[in-house]
Amino acid sequence: MNEEWNIGTREAEPGNRRRRMGLFLVCAGLVLLAVMVSGILLDGAAAETDFSRKNLAPGAGHLFGTDWMGRDMLARTLAGLSLSIRIGVLTAAVSAAVALVLGTVSAVGGRKADAVISWCIDLVMGIPHILLVMLISLAFGKGVAGVTAGVALSHWASLARVIRGEILQLRQAPYILTAQKLGVSRMRIAVRHMFPHVFPQFLTGLILLFPHAILHESGVTFLGFGLPPEQPAIGVILSESMQYLTTGKWWLALFPGLSLVLVVVLFAMAGERVRKLTDPASFHE
Amino acid sequence: MMLEAKDLTFYYRNRKHAPVIDHFDLTVAPGERVGLTGPSGRGKTTLCRLLAGYEKPKGGSVLLDGKAVGGYKGVCPVQMIWQHPEAAVDPLLRLGDTLKEAGEPDARILEELRIRPEWVDRFPSELSGGELQRFCLARALRPETAFLLCDEITAMLDLVSQAQIWEFLIRESGKREMGMLVVSHSGALLEKVCTRVVRL
Repeated sequence: MNEEWNIGTREAEPGNRRRRMGLFLVCAGLVLLAVMVSGILLDGAAAETDFSRKNLAPGAGHLFGTDWMGRDMLARTLAGLSLSIRIGVLTAAVSAAVALVLGTVSAVGGRKADAVISWCIDLVMGIPHILLVMLISLAFGKGVAGVTAGVALSHWASLARVIRGEILQLRQAPYILTAQKLGVSRMRIAVRHMFPHVFPQFLTGLILLFPHAILHESGVTFLGFGLPPEQPAIGVILSESMQYLTTGKWWLALFPGLSLVLVVVLFAMAGERVRKLTDPASFHE
Repeated sequence: MMLEAKDLTFYYRNRKHAPVIDHFDLTVAPGERVGLTGPSGRGKTTLCRLLAGYEKPKGGSVLLDGKAVGGYKGVCPVQMIWQHPEAAVDPLLRLGDTLKEAGEPDARILEELRIRPEWVDRFPSELSGGELQRFCLARALRPETAFLLCDEITAMLDLVSQAQIWEFLIRESGKREMGMLVVSHSGALLEKVCTRVVRL
């Protein structure tokens, strides 16, 4: 089978790779949106207790089973995922904004600003994320505010470093230097020459922040430094189910855990595809 | 309008003991084509960057009409053509947009540089180095441009393109009284193109 033959069949296929990726992105987005909305709608149902149906194994009436207070695990899982996604979106947005500002200031603000910000980046990246999230969350009084602050303030560093590097490199690019000497204004250079190069990196970084944010939120909550027990969060569900696993109630942990993994993988795969679609190196393929 | 380097000194960071350019003097008059040659690593490109105002001198000065060249606002009268044209154009912009960086290009110049109309809709990765270099020249030759610094601009071109570009530049420098600094390793080229040659 030679190379040309391969190329020929690939072009003959109906949807090309770009289209298939786009389709995947739309589907992933819709699934995540559906989980988020259904979770908000099911918030009441998730808290509803009914002792006549407690500890039911997964079946027709309750797909994910019920827990020791007769709460429907499907509703609890969806509500928990929804909360996780919302916190994930919020923290990823805050983190990305912090990264963008600090990365830009570091790159254009002179050597001293760069030294200070680079030192902060090293500091934040040097401490294990989960520890940092726990400490910040504790300092902010735990709960939703604590978790949000904890995750948002610990996840900006790597993206800030990427943006800093990208802008530093762009500033020395001959075509940008030439544009300056041709009298093009700083604003126009930023919009026309810099933004299109930085944006793909920024967008990919932003999307790839979600899975981290969600996992760390669940992680600190599981360890008891995050969301309060009355909240239907995945971390809460998982840590509570630990007590019941030994008595054979496997469904309490399995389905919420699997759903969490699924959501995280979905985000990660979406981010990966966005990177491939917007990567300058494969821009004209 | 004269382009003057006076007692020019430049070293890269942390290399004060070994300056690349050490107390260098050079004057380029309008309409004059000065050739610059010298072994690799002797600071020819650095000198061009200094003369074009891309770098600040560590000592001495680069003056254009008695004024520091870095201080000019708008289109700088000293324009530099880079050795690698593929790095000197934005890879994400169509060449038509690159060409209009500082305003509409002169149709006569486009024609004389043999830039084909269909090229302007392409991206830089879809053209050859020689074709891109023509765009860089057309972009740099603004009405305000009084001095052109050519840093090995035809080193990677075929002979026909080289001849076309240099014939055009010689005509252009005569027509608009434009001063030029021509950096090259080729003595034959400098002899043909330049009015005098300086060794670095």
